[in-house]
Amino acid sequence: MRKLAFLALVALLAVAAAGCGSTKKSASGSTGSTSCAKGNLNLVSSGTLTIGTDNPAFPPWFGGTPHKPWQVSDPRSGQGYESAVAYAVAKQLGFAKGEVTWTHVPFSNSFAPGPKSFDFDINQISFSKARAKVVDFSDSYYDVNQSVVVNKGTPIASVTSVAALKPYELGAQLGTTSYQFINDTIKPSKKPSVFPSNAGAVQALKNKQIDGLVVDLPTAFYVTAVQVPHSKVLGQFPAPPGGEHFGMVFQKGSSLVTCVNKALSKLRSDGTLKGLQQQWLAKATGAPTLK
Amino acid sequence: MASEGDRRSDAEVARRSRLLGSLRLEGEGARGVAIALLSTAVFVVAVVVAVTQSAGWPEVRRVFFSWHDISGSFPEIARAFVLNVKIFLVCEVFILVFALMIAVLRSLPGPVFFPLRALAIMYADLARGVPTILVIALLGFGAPALQLTGVPTSRVFWAGVGLVLIYSGYVAEVYRAGIESVHPSQEAAARSLGLSRFQALRRVILPQAIRRVIPPLLNDFIGLQKDTALVGTLGVIEAFNQSQIDSNATFTYGAYLAAAALFVAITIPLARLTDLLIARDRRRRQAGGGLA
Repeated sequence: MRKLAFLALVALLAVAAAGCGSTKKSASGSTGSTSCAKGNLNLVSSGTLTIGTDNPAFPPWFGGTPHKPWQVSDPRSGQGYESAVAYAVAKQLGFAKGEVTWTHVPFSNSFAPGPKSFDFDINQISFSKARAKVVDFSDSYYDVNQSVVVNKGTPIASVTSVAALKPYELGAQLGTTSYQFINDTIKPSKKPSVFPSNAGAVQALKNKQIDGLVVDLPTAFYVTAVQVPHSKVLGQFPAPPGGEHFGMVFQKGSSLVTCVNKALSKLRSDGTLKGLQQQWLAKATGAPTLK
Repeated sequence: MASEGDRRSDAEVARRSRLLGSLRLEGEGARGVAIALLSTAVFVVAVVVAVTQSAGWPEVRRVFFSWHDISGSFPEIARAFVLNVKIFLVCEVFILVFALMIAVLRSLPGPVFFPLRALAIMYADLARGVPTILVIALLGFGAPALQLTGVPTSRVFWAGVGLVLIYSGYVAEVYRAGIESVHPSQEAAARSLGLSRFQALRRVILPQAIRRVIPPLLNDFIGLQKDTALVGTLGVIEAFNQSQIDSNATFTYGAYLAAAALFVAITIPLARLTDLLIARDRRRRQAGGGLA
Protein backbone atom coordinates (compact mmCIF):
# COMPACT_ATOMS: atom_id res chain seq x y z
CA MET A 1 0.00 0.00 0.00
CA ARG A 2 2.71 2.43 1.07
CA LYS A 3 4.91 1.42 -1.83
CA LEU A 4 2.01 1.98 -4.17
CA ALA A 5 1.45 5.50 -2.84
CA PHE A 6 5.13 6.27 -3.21
CA LEU A 7 5.21 5.05 -6.81
CA ALA A 8 2.11 7.10 -7.53
CA LEU A 9 3.84 10.19 -6.13
CA VAL A 10 6.91 9.65 -8.31
CA ALA A 11 4.74 9.05 -11.38
CA LEU A 12 2.69 12.17 -10.67
CA LEU A 13 5.79 14.33 -10.35
CA ALA A 14 7.27 12.91 -13.52
CA VAL A 15 4.08 13.73 -15.40
CA ALA A 16 4.03 17.23 -13.89
CA ALA A 17 7.63 17.88 -14.93
CA ALA A 18 7.03 16.58 -18.43
CA GLY A 19 3.86 18.63 -18.75
CA CYS A 20 5.63 21.82 -17.76
CA GLY A 21 8.44 21.14 -20.18
CA SER A 22 6.05 20.84 -23.08
CA THR A 23 4.24 24.10 -22.36
CA LYS A 24 7.37 26.04 -23.21
CA LYS A 25 6.69 28.12 -26.23
CA SER A 26 8.17 31.08 -28.01
CA ALA A 27 7.34 34.29 -26.17
CA SER A 28 5.87 36.35 -28.96
CA GLY A 29 4.88 35.94 -32.55
CA SER A 30 6.09 37.92 -35.47
CA THR A 31 7.17 41.44 -34.62
CA GLY A 32 8.47 42.16 -38.05
CA SER A 33 5.66 44.40 -39.28
CA THR A 34 6.69 48.04 -39.16
CA SER A 35 3.39 49.35 -40.44
CA CYS A 36 1.11 50.98 -37.91
CA ALA A 37 -1.99 50.14 -39.93
CA LYS A 38 -4.78 49.07 -37.62
CA GLY A 39 -4.86 45.54 -39.03
CA ASN A 40 -1.14 44.99 -38.41
CA LEU A 41 -1.15 45.90 -34.73
CA ASN A 42 -0.46 43.14 -32.26
CA LEU A 43 -3.36 43.66 -29.84
CA VAL A 44 -4.57 41.94 -26.68
CA SER A 45 -8.00 41.61 -28.28
CA SER A 46 -7.94 42.00 -32.05
CA GLY A 47 -9.98 44.85 -33.52
CA THR A 48 -10.15 46.80 -30.25
CA LEU A 49 -7.64 48.93 -28.42
CA THR A 50 -7.59 47.87 -24.76
CA ILE A 51 -6.42 50.63 -22.44
CA GLY A 52 -5.71 50.14 -18.75
CA THR A 53 -5.99 52.56 -15.85
CA ASP A 54 -6.62 52.40 -12.12
CA ASN A 55 -10.05 52.61 -10.52
CA PRO A 56 -11.17 55.04 -9.11
CA ALA A 57 -10.10 57.26 -12.01
CA PHE A 58 -9.54 60.74 -10.63
CA PRO A 59 -9.93 64.20 -12.20
CA PRO A 60 -8.36 66.09 -13.77
CA TRP A 61 -6.92 63.01 -15.49
CA PHE A 62 -10.36 61.55 -16.07
CA GLY A 63 -13.77 63.19 -16.12
CA GLY A 64 -17.46 62.59 -16.71
CA THR A 65 -20.03 61.06 -14.41
CA PRO A 66 -19.07 57.60 -13.15
CA HIS A 67 -20.84 54.54 -14.51
CA LYS A 68 -20.20 51.01 -13.31
CA PRO A 69 -17.59 49.72 -12.85
CA TRP A 70 -15.80 53.06 -12.77
CA GLN A 71 -15.75 55.24 -9.67
CA VAL A 72 -15.39 59.01 -9.21
CA SER A 73 -15.17 59.57 -12.99
CA ASP A 74 -15.32 57.52 -16.17
CA PRO A 75 -12.39 56.91 -18.54
CA ARG A 76 -14.89 56.12 -21.33
CA SER A 77 -16.18 59.70 -21.23
CA GLY A 78 -13.31 61.15 -23.26
CA GLN A 79 -13.21 63.87 -20.61
CA GLY A 80 -10.20 64.59 -18.46
CA TYR A 81 -6.65 64.84 -19.78
CA GLU A 82 -5.60 61.20 -19.88
CA SER A 83 -8.90 60.00 -21.30
CA ALA A 84 -8.78 62.71 -23.99
CA VAL A 85 -5.14 61.88 -24.87
CA ALA A 86 -5.94 58.16 -25.01
CA TYR A 87 -8.81 58.71 -27.42
CA ALA A 88 -6.73 61.12 -29.51
CA VAL A 89 -3.98 58.47 -29.79
CA ALA A 90 -6.59 55.82 -30.60
CA LYS A 91 -7.96 58.03 -33.37
CA GLN A 92 -4.46 58.45 -34.81
CA LEU A 93 -4.10 54.67 -34.84
CA GLY A 94 -7.42 54.36 -36.67
CA PHE A 95 -9.71 53.28 -33.84
CA ALA A 96 -13.18 54.78 -33.57
CA LYS A 97 -14.39 55.64 -30.07
CA GLY A 98 -16.45 52.45 -29.96
CA GLU A 99 -13.37 50.34 -30.70
CA VAL A 100 -11.64 51.42 -27.50
CA THR A 101 -12.22 49.45 -24.29
CA TRP A 102 -10.96 50.34 -20.83
CA THR A 103 -9.84 47.84 -18.26
CA HIS A 104 -9.13 48.25 -14.56
CA VAL A 105 -5.40 47.86 -13.93
CA PRO A 106 -4.28 48.58 -10.36
CA PHE A 107 -1.00 50.47 -10.44
CA SER A 108 1.08 47.56 -9.18
CA ASN A 109 -0.41 45.24 -11.80
CA SER A 110 0.77 47.47 -14.62
CA PHE A 111 4.29 46.10 -14.26
CA ALA A 112 3.57 42.57 -13.02
CA PRO A 113 5.44 39.97 -15.08
CA GLY A 114 3.51 37.83 -17.52
CA PRO A 115 1.11 38.66 -20.32
CA LYS A 116 -0.62 42.02 -19.90
CA SER A 117 -4.37 42.54 -19.96
CA PHE A 118 -3.96 45.88 -21.76
CA ASP A 119 -2.40 47.24 -24.93
CA PHE A 120 -1.19 50.23 -22.97
CA ASP A 121 -1.75 51.59 -19.49
CA ILE A 122 -2.23 55.31 -18.86
CA ASN A 123 -2.19 56.12 -15.16
CA GLN A 124 0.13 59.06 -14.35
CA ILE A 125 3.11 56.73 -14.40
CA SER A 126 6.42 58.56 -14.34
CA PHE A 127 9.20 57.36 -16.59
CA SER A 128 12.39 56.17 -14.93
CA LYS A 129 15.36 54.24 -16.27
CA ALA A 130 14.92 51.45 -13.72
CA ARG A 131 11.26 51.01 -14.62
CA ALA A 132 12.05 51.07 -18.34
CA LYS A 133 14.12 47.90 -17.87
CA VAL A 134 10.93 46.00 -17.02
CA VAL A 135 8.27 47.65 -19.18
CA ASP A 136 8.30 49.87 -22.24
CA PHE A 137 7.30 53.51 -21.93
CA SER A 138 5.87 55.77 -24.59
CA ASP A 139 7.35 59.23 -25.03
CA SER A 140 6.06 61.94 -22.72
CA TYR A 141 2.41 62.89 -22.96
CA TYR A 142 2.75 65.26 -20.01
CA ASP A 143 5.79 66.92 -18.44
CA VAL A 144 4.99 66.96 -14.76
CA ASN A 145 6.02 69.00 -11.75
CA GLN A 146 5.70 67.90 -8.14
CA SER A 147 3.97 70.13 -5.61
CA VAL A 148 2.90 70.13 -1.97
CA VAL A 149 -0.62 70.47 -0.56
CA VAL A 150 -1.09 71.71 3.03
CA ASN A 151 -3.95 72.61 5.39
CA LYS A 152 -4.63 76.35 5.52
CA GLY A 153 -3.72 77.96 8.83
CA THR A 154 -1.19 75.31 9.89
CA PRO A 155 2.48 76.24 10.48
CA ILE A 156 3.61 74.71 7.21
CA ALA A 157 1.22 76.94 5.26
CA SER A 158 3.56 79.94 5.56
CA VAL A 159 6.60 78.12 4.15
CA THR A 160 8.03 79.58 0.92
CA SER A 161 11.17 77.54 0.28
CA VAL A 162 12.10 73.89 -0.16
CA ALA A 163 14.60 74.11 2.70
CA ALA A 164 11.93 75.35 5.12
CA LEU A 165 9.91 72.15 4.54
CA LYS A 166 12.55 70.07 6.32
CA PRO A 167 11.03 69.97 9.84
CA TYR A 168 7.58 68.82 8.68
CA GLU A 169 6.01 65.41 8.33
CA LEU A 170 5.32 64.85 4.64
CA GLY A 171 3.39 62.18 2.81
CA ALA A 172 3.22 60.80 -0.71
CA GLN A 173 1.31 58.18 -2.62
CA LEU A 174 2.81 54.76 -3.19
CA GLY A 175 4.26 54.28 -6.65
CA THR A 176 4.64 57.98 -7.37
CA THR A 177 8.00 59.64 -7.72
CA SER A 178 6.88 62.09 -5.02
CA TYR A 179 8.36 59.89 -2.28
CA GLN A 180 11.75 59.83 -3.98
CA PHE A 181 11.45 63.58 -4.37
CA ILE A 182 10.83 63.99 -0.63
CA ASN A 183 13.85 61.84 0.23
CA ASP A 184 16.25 63.14 -2.40
CA THR A 185 15.40 66.83 -2.52
CA ILE A 186 13.56 67.90 0.64
CA LYS A 187 15.37 65.46 2.98
CA PRO A 188 12.94 66.02 5.88
CA SER A 189 13.96 65.43 9.49
CA LYS A 190 10.73 63.49 10.23
CA LYS A 191 10.13 60.17 8.55
CA PRO A 192 7.80 60.64 5.58
CA SER A 193 4.69 58.51 5.04
CA VAL A 194 3.73 56.60 1.92
CA PHE A 195 0.07 55.74 1.36
CA PRO A 196 -1.05 52.82 -0.79
CA SER A 197 -4.10 54.76 -1.98
CA ASN A 198 -5.16 58.30 -2.73
CA ALA A 199 -7.96 57.90 -0.17
CA GLY A 200 -5.52 57.15 2.63
CA ALA A 201 -3.23 60.03 1.75
CA VAL A 202 -6.13 62.47 1.60
CA GLN A 203 -7.60 61.25 4.91
CA ALA A 204 -4.24 61.60 6.65
CA LEU A 205 -3.94 65.19 5.41
CA LYS A 206 -7.50 65.93 6.55
CA ASN A 207 -6.76 64.43 9.97
CA LYS A 208 -3.53 66.47 10.16
CA GLN A 209 -1.66 63.18 10.64
CA ILE A 210 0.72 64.57 8.05
CA ASP A 211 1.60 68.25 7.53
CA GLY A 212 1.92 68.20 3.77
CA LEU A 213 1.08 65.89 0.88
CA VAL A 214 3.49 65.82 -2.06
CA VAL A 215 1.69 65.04 -5.33
CA ASP A 216 1.93 66.03 -8.97
CA LEU A 217 0.61 69.52 -9.58
CA PRO A 218 -2.63 68.70 -11.47
CA THR A 219 -3.59 66.17 -8.78
CA ALA A 220 -2.74 68.79 -6.13
CA PHE A 221 -5.38 71.13 -7.55
CA TYR A 222 -7.96 68.37 -7.49
CA VAL A 223 -7.08 67.53 -3.87
CA THR A 224 -7.53 71.16 -2.80
CA ALA A 225 -10.67 71.76 -4.86
CA VAL A 226 -12.57 68.58 -4.02
CA GLN A 227 -10.94 66.21 -1.57
CA VAL A 228 -9.60 68.28 1.35
CA PRO A 229 -11.56 71.39 2.34
CA HIS A 230 -9.47 74.28 3.72
CA SER A 231 -6.33 73.07 1.97
CA LYS A 232 -4.14 74.87 -0.54
CA VAL A 233 -1.34 74.20 -2.98
CA LEU A 234 1.65 75.60 -1.13
CA GLY A 235 3.70 75.63 -4.31
CA GLN A 236 5.34 73.56 -6.99
CA PHE A 237 8.91 72.34 -7.00
CA PRO A 238 11.36 73.20 -9.73
CA ALA A 239 11.68 70.32 -12.20
CA PRO A 240 14.54 67.92 -11.43
CA PRO A 241 17.45 67.80 -13.91
CA GLY A 242 16.21 66.14 -17.09
CA GLY A 243 12.61 66.80 -16.09
CA GLU A 244 9.94 64.30 -15.15
CA HIS A 245 7.28 63.02 -17.47
CA PHE A 246 4.35 60.65 -17.60
CA GLY A 247 4.43 57.89 -20.20
CA MET A 248 2.07 55.14 -21.21
CA VAL A 249 3.21 51.69 -20.11
CA PHE A 250 3.49 48.72 -22.51
CA GLN A 251 4.50 45.10 -22.25
CA LYS A 252 8.28 44.96 -22.66
CA GLY A 253 9.06 44.56 -26.36
CA SER A 254 5.57 45.56 -27.54
CA SER A 255 5.50 46.53 -31.20
CA LEU A 256 2.79 49.05 -30.38
CA VAL A 257 5.19 51.52 -28.71
CA THR A 258 6.59 52.98 -31.93
CA CYS A 259 3.09 53.43 -33.34
CA VAL A 260 1.85 55.23 -30.20
CA ASN A 261 5.00 57.39 -30.22
CA LYS A 262 4.29 58.35 -33.83
CA ALA A 263 0.75 59.28 -32.85
CA LEU A 264 1.99 61.31 -29.85
CA SER A 265 4.52 63.12 -31.97
CA LYS A 266 1.77 64.05 -34.46
CA LEU A 267 -0.48 65.25 -31.62
CA ARG A 268 2.38 67.29 -30.18
CA SER A 269 3.32 68.98 -33.45
CA ASP A 270 -0.23 69.84 -34.44
CA GLY A 271 -0.92 71.40 -31.03
CA THR A 272 -3.52 68.86 -29.90
CA LEU A 273 -1.66 67.93 -26.70
CA LYS A 274 -1.20 71.57 -25.74
CA GLY A 275 -4.88 72.24 -26.41
CA LEU A 276 -5.94 69.32 -24.22
CA GLN A 277 -3.61 70.51 -21.45
CA GLN A 278 -5.21 73.95 -21.59
CA GLN A 279 -8.65 72.37 -21.56
CA TRP A 280 -8.15 69.97 -18.67
CA LEU A 281 -5.06 71.08 -16.73
CA ALA A 282 -5.26 74.87 -17.05
CA LYS A 283 -5.37 75.33 -13.28
CA ALA A 284 -2.10 73.45 -12.94
CA THR A 285 -0.01 76.38 -14.06
CA GLY A 286 -0.86 78.94 -11.42
CA ALA A 287 1.16 77.79 -8.42
CA PRO A 288 4.19 79.61 -6.99
CA THR A 289 7.51 77.84 -7.37
CA LEU A 290 9.28 76.89 -4.14
CA LYS A 291 12.99 77.67 -4.42
CA MET B 1 19.76 -11.43 12.95
CA ALA B 2 20.14 -7.99 14.46
CA SER B 3 23.81 -7.39 15.18
CA GLU B 4 25.30 -4.83 17.54
CA GLY B 5 25.98 -2.45 14.64
CA ASP B 6 22.44 -2.68 13.42
CA ARG B 7 21.07 -1.77 16.81
CA ARG B 8 23.28 1.27 17.02
CA SER B 9 22.22 2.42 13.58
CA ASP B 10 18.62 1.77 14.60
CA ALA B 11 19.02 4.27 17.40
CA GLU B 12 20.55 6.73 14.99
CA VAL B 13 17.68 6.14 12.57
CA ALA B 14 15.15 6.67 15.33
CA ARG B 15 16.79 9.97 16.15
CA ARG B 16 16.72 11.03 12.53
CA SER B 17 13.19 9.90 11.98
CA ARG B 18 12.12 12.22 14.75
CA LEU B 19 13.38 14.98 12.48
CA LEU B 20 11.25 13.51 9.75
CA GLY B 21 8.34 13.08 12.09
CA SER B 22 6.10 15.15 9.89
CA LEU B 23 6.45 12.48 7.22
CA ARG B 24 5.01 9.93 9.68
CA LEU B 25 7.98 7.64 9.34
CA GLU B 26 8.71 7.06 13.00
CA GLY B 27 9.91 3.58 13.72
CA GLU B 28 10.16 2.42 10.13
CA GLY B 29 13.92 2.31 10.22
CA ALA B 30 16.52 2.81 7.52
CA ARG B 31 14.16 1.91 4.71
CA GLY B 32 11.77 4.66 5.73
CA VAL B 33 14.53 7.24 5.83
CA ALA B 34 15.82 6.13 2.42
CA ILE B 35 12.37 6.40 0.90
CA ALA B 36 11.87 9.82 2.49
CA LEU B 37 15.18 11.09 1.12
CA LEU B 38 14.53 9.71 -2.35
CA SER B 39 10.98 11.06 -2.40
CA THR B 40 12.20 14.48 -1.27
CA ALA B 41 14.94 14.52 -3.92
CA VAL B 42 12.48 13.57 -6.66
CA PHE B 43 10.03 16.19 -5.46
CA VAL B 44 12.62 18.99 -5.29
CA VAL B 45 14.07 18.12 -8.69
CA ALA B 46 10.59 17.99 -10.24
CA VAL B 47 9.65 21.39 -8.81
CA VAL B 48 12.93 23.00 -9.85
CA VAL B 49 12.66 21.56 -13.35
CA ALA B 50 9.01 22.57 -13.68
CA VAL B 51 9.72 26.14 -12.56
CA THR B 52 12.90 26.77 -14.51
CA GLN B 53 11.55 25.21 -17.69
CA SER B 54 8.38 27.33 -17.66
CA ALA B 55 7.93 29.90 -20.40
CA GLY B 56 7.83 32.84 -18.00
CA TRP B 57 10.85 31.82 -15.90
CA PRO B 58 13.43 34.18 -17.46
CA GLU B 59 11.17 37.15 -16.79
CA VAL B 60 10.26 35.94 -13.31
CA ARG B 61 13.92 35.42 -12.49
CA ARG B 62 14.73 38.92 -13.66
CA VAL B 63 11.99 40.72 -11.73
CA PHE B 64 11.84 38.53 -8.60
CA PHE B 65 15.25 37.02 -8.08
CA SER B 66 17.63 39.77 -9.06
CA TRP B 67 20.33 39.69 -6.39
CA HIS B 68 21.03 43.32 -7.14
CA ASP B 69 17.44 44.30 -6.24
CA ILE B 70 17.27 42.07 -3.18
CA SER B 71 20.56 43.16 -1.63
CA GLY B 72 20.14 46.77 -2.73
CA SER B 73 16.83 47.20 -0.93
CA PHE B 74 17.75 45.10 2.12
CA PRO B 75 19.43 47.71 4.37
CA GLU B 76 16.57 50.18 4.17
CA ILE B 77 13.94 47.49 4.66
CA ALA B 78 15.90 46.17 7.65
CA ARG B 79 15.86 49.67 9.17
CA ALA B 80 12.10 49.86 8.58
CA PHE B 81 11.69 46.40 10.12
CA VAL B 82 12.76 47.80 13.50
CA LEU B 83 9.31 49.42 13.65
CA ASN B 84 7.62 46.05 13.05
CA VAL B 85 9.63 44.55 15.91
CA LYS B 86 8.71 47.41 18.25
CA ILE B 87 5.04 47.10 17.33
CA PHE B 88 4.76 43.37 17.91
CA LEU B 89 6.75 43.43 21.13
CA VAL B 90 4.65 46.19 22.68
CA CYS B 91 1.35 44.82 21.36
CA GLU B 92 2.06 41.29 22.60
CA VAL B 93 2.37 42.53 26.19
CA PHE B 94 -1.01 44.25 26.04
CA ILE B 95 -2.60 41.31 24.22
CA LEU B 96 -1.48 38.78 26.83
CA VAL B 97 -2.92 40.88 29.68
CA PHE B 98 -6.10 42.06 27.97
CA ALA B 99 -6.97 38.63 26.56
CA LEU B 100 -6.51 37.01 29.94
CA MET B 101 -9.01 39.45 31.42
CA ILE B 102 -11.53 38.57 28.72
CA ALA B 103 -10.97 34.84 29.14
CA VAL B 104 -11.45 35.09 32.90
CA LEU B 105 -14.66 37.09 32.40
CA ARG B 106 -15.92 34.44 30.03
CA SER B 107 -15.29 31.61 32.45
CA LEU B 108 -17.05 33.25 35.41
CA PRO B 109 -19.73 30.84 36.64
CA GLY B 110 -23.28 31.55 37.70
CA PRO B 111 -26.22 33.51 36.30
CA VAL B 112 -25.14 36.80 37.94
CA PHE B 113 -22.20 37.11 35.58
CA PHE B 114 -24.24 36.44 32.45
CA PRO B 115 -23.91 40.04 31.10
CA LEU B 116 -20.12 39.92 31.48
CA ARG B 117 -19.94 36.50 29.85
CA ALA B 118 -22.15 37.69 27.00
CA LEU B 119 -19.94 40.74 26.52
CA ALA B 120 -16.81 38.61 26.44
CA ILE B 121 -18.37 36.23 23.91
CA MET B 122 -19.55 39.12 21.73
CA TYR B 123 -16.11 40.65 21.88
CA ALA B 124 -14.34 37.43 20.88
CA ASP B 125 -16.79 36.91 18.00
CA LEU B 126 -16.37 40.45 16.70
CA ALA B 127 -12.61 40.58 17.10
CA ARG B 128 -12.18 37.32 15.24
CA GLY B 129 -14.82 38.08 12.66
CA VAL B 130 -13.67 41.43 11.30
CA PRO B 131 -10.67 41.46 8.94
CA THR B 132 -7.64 42.98 10.69
CA ILE B 133 -6.93 45.33 7.80
CA LEU B 134 -10.39 46.90 8.15
CA VAL B 135 -10.01 47.46 11.88
CA ILE B 136 -6.62 49.08 11.33
CA ALA B 137 -7.96 51.35 8.59
CA LEU B 138 -11.05 52.27 10.64
CA LEU B 139 -9.04 53.11 13.77
CA GLY B 140 -5.98 54.58 12.06
CA PHE B 141 -7.89 57.04 9.92
CA GLY B 142 -11.23 57.10 11.74
CA ALA B 143 -10.32 57.75 15.38
CA PRO B 144 -8.13 60.79 14.65
CA ALA B 145 -10.81 62.13 12.28
CA LEU B 146 -13.02 62.69 15.34
CA GLN B 147 -10.58 65.47 16.28
CA LEU B 148 -11.18 64.98 19.98
CA THR B 149 -8.67 66.78 22.15
CA GLY B 150 -6.41 64.40 23.99
CA VAL B 151 -7.00 61.57 21.53
CA PRO B 152 -3.72 60.65 19.85
CA THR B 153 -3.50 61.04 16.06
CA SER B 154 -0.48 58.74 15.70
CA ARG B 155 -1.18 56.07 13.11
CA VAL B 156 1.23 53.65 14.75
CA PHE B 157 -0.65 54.05 18.03
CA TRP B 158 -4.03 53.31 16.48
CA ALA B 159 -2.72 50.46 14.38
CA GLY B 160 -1.30 49.01 17.59
CA VAL B 161 -4.69 49.38 19.27
CA GLY B 162 -6.26 47.57 16.32
CA LEU B 163 -3.80 44.69 16.53
CA VAL B 164 -4.31 44.39 20.30
CA LEU B 165 -8.10 44.32 19.89
CA ILE B 166 -8.05 41.70 17.13
CA TYR B 167 -5.42 39.42 18.60
CA SER B 168 -6.94 39.60 22.07
CA GLY B 169 -10.00 37.91 20.57
CA TYR B 170 -7.92 34.97 19.42
CA VAL B 171 -5.70 34.80 22.48
CA ALA B 172 -8.69 34.99 24.84
CA GLU B 173 -10.05 31.85 23.18
CA VAL B 174 -6.70 30.14 23.64
CA TYR B 175 -6.70 31.04 27.34
CA ARG B 176 -10.28 29.84 27.66
CA ALA B 177 -9.37 26.48 26.16
CA GLY B 178 -6.58 26.26 28.72
CA ILE B 179 -8.85 27.20 31.62
CA GLU B 180 -11.48 24.68 30.56
CA SER B 181 -8.86 21.95 30.23
CA VAL B 182 -8.14 22.15 33.96
CA HIS B 183 -10.29 19.54 35.65
CA PRO B 184 -13.08 20.96 37.86
CA SER B 185 -11.77 18.87 40.73
CA GLN B 186 -8.77 21.18 40.85
CA GLU B 187 -11.00 24.11 41.74
CA ALA B 188 -13.04 22.01 44.14
CA ALA B 189 -9.85 20.93 45.89
CA ALA B 190 -8.56 24.48 46.08
CA ARG B 191 -11.87 25.76 47.48
CA SER B 192 -11.95 22.95 50.02
CA LEU B 193 -8.57 24.13 51.26
CA GLY B 194 -10.17 27.46 52.04
CA LEU B 195 -9.02 29.46 49.02
CA SER B 196 -11.50 32.02 47.75
CA ARG B 197 -12.81 31.69 44.20
CA PHE B 198 -10.35 34.37 43.05
CA GLN B 199 -7.46 32.78 44.90
CA ALA B 200 -8.29 29.40 43.37
CA LEU B 201 -8.27 30.96 39.92
CA ARG B 202 -5.09 32.91 40.53
CA ARG B 203 -3.10 30.21 42.37
CA VAL B 204 -4.41 26.91 41.05
CA ILE B 205 -6.27 27.13 37.77
CA LEU B 206 -4.46 29.81 35.76
CA PRO B 207 -0.92 28.51 36.40
CA GLN B 208 -1.95 25.12 35.00
CA ALA B 209 -4.06 26.57 32.21
CA ILE B 210 -1.44 29.00 30.93
CA ARG B 211 1.35 26.45 30.98
CA ARG B 212 -0.72 24.20 28.76
CA VAL B 213 -1.46 26.87 26.18
CA ILE B 214 2.02 28.32 25.76
CA PRO B 215 2.48 26.68 22.33
CA PRO B 216 -0.77 28.08 20.87
CA LEU B 217 0.04 31.45 22.44
CA LEU B 218 3.36 31.45 20.60
CA ASN B 219 1.47 30.51 17.45
CA ASP B 220 -0.68 33.63 17.75
CA PHE B 221 2.44 35.65 18.52
CA ILE B 222 3.89 34.52 15.19
CA GLY B 223 0.66 35.57 13.48
CA LEU B 224 0.91 38.97 15.15
CA GLN B 225 4.46 39.45 13.89
CA LYS B 226 3.35 38.95 10.33
CA ASP B 227 0.29 41.15 10.72
CA THR B 228 2.43 44.13 11.72
CA ALA B 229 2.88 44.49 7.96
CA LEU B 230 -0.74 45.71 7.85
CA VAL B 231 0.32 48.88 9.67
CA GLY B 232 1.90 49.89 6.36
CA THR B 233 -1.56 50.38 4.87
CA LEU B 234 -1.84 53.52 7.01
CA GLY B 235 1.14 55.02 5.21
CA VAL B 236 3.59 54.26 8.01
CA ILE B 237 6.88 53.08 6.57
CA GLU B 238 7.50 49.65 8.05
CA ALA B 239 9.22 46.74 6.31
CA PHE B 240 6.37 45.82 3.96
CA ASN B 241 5.59 49.39 2.93
CA GLN B 242 9.28 50.05 2.37
CA SER B 243 9.49 46.99 0.15
CA GLN B 244 6.46 48.23 -1.80
CA ILE B 245 8.14 51.57 -2.28
CA ASP B 246 11.29 49.91 -3.61
CA SER B 247 9.28 47.54 -5.77
CA ASN B 248 7.26 50.36 -7.31
CA ALA B 249 10.32 52.48 -7.96
CA THR B 250 12.01 49.80 -10.05
CA PHE B 251 9.00 47.72 -11.14
CA THR B 252 10.71 44.63 -9.70
CA TYR B 253 9.89 42.38 -6.75
CA GLY B 254 13.29 41.67 -5.22
CA ALA B 255 12.42 44.00 -2.35
CA TYR B 256 9.50 41.76 -1.38
CA LEU B 257 11.88 38.84 -1.00
CA ALA B 258 14.15 40.94 1.19
CA ALA B 259 11.18 41.82 3.42
CA ALA B 260 10.01 38.21 3.48
CA ALA B 261 13.48 37.08 4.56
CA LEU B 262 13.37 39.45 7.53
CA PHE B 263 9.98 38.20 8.69
CA VAL B 264 11.01 34.58 8.24
CA ALA B 265 14.25 35.15 10.15
CA ILE B 266 12.15 35.97 13.20
CA THR B 267 9.13 33.70 12.78
CA ILE B 268 10.91 30.43 11.95
CA PRO B 269 13.00 30.25 15.15
CA LEU B 270 9.81 30.96 17.10
CA ALA B 271 7.94 28.24 15.19
CA ARG B 272 10.70 25.74 16.05
CA LEU B 273 10.59 26.82 19.68
CA THR B 274 6.84 26.25 19.64
CA ASP B 275 7.33 22.74 18.24
CA LEU B 276 9.92 22.07 20.91
CA LEU B 277 7.57 23.17 23.68
CA ILE B 278 4.74 21.08 22.26
CA ALA B 279 7.02 18.03 22.12
CA ARG B 280 8.23 18.62 25.67
CA ASP B 281 4.68 18.99 26.91
CA ARG B 282 3.65 15.78 25.14
CA ARG B 283 6.55 13.88 26.67
CA ARG B 284 5.77 15.15 30.12
CA ARG B 285 2.13 14.20 29.86
CA GLN B 286 2.89 10.78 28.38
CA ALA B 287 5.25 10.18 31.27
CA GLY B 288 2.26 10.79 33.50
CA GLY B 289 4.15 13.42 35.44
CA GLY B 290 2.56 15.90 37.81
CA LEU B 291 0.88 18.93 36.31
CA ALA B 292 1.82 21.67 38.67
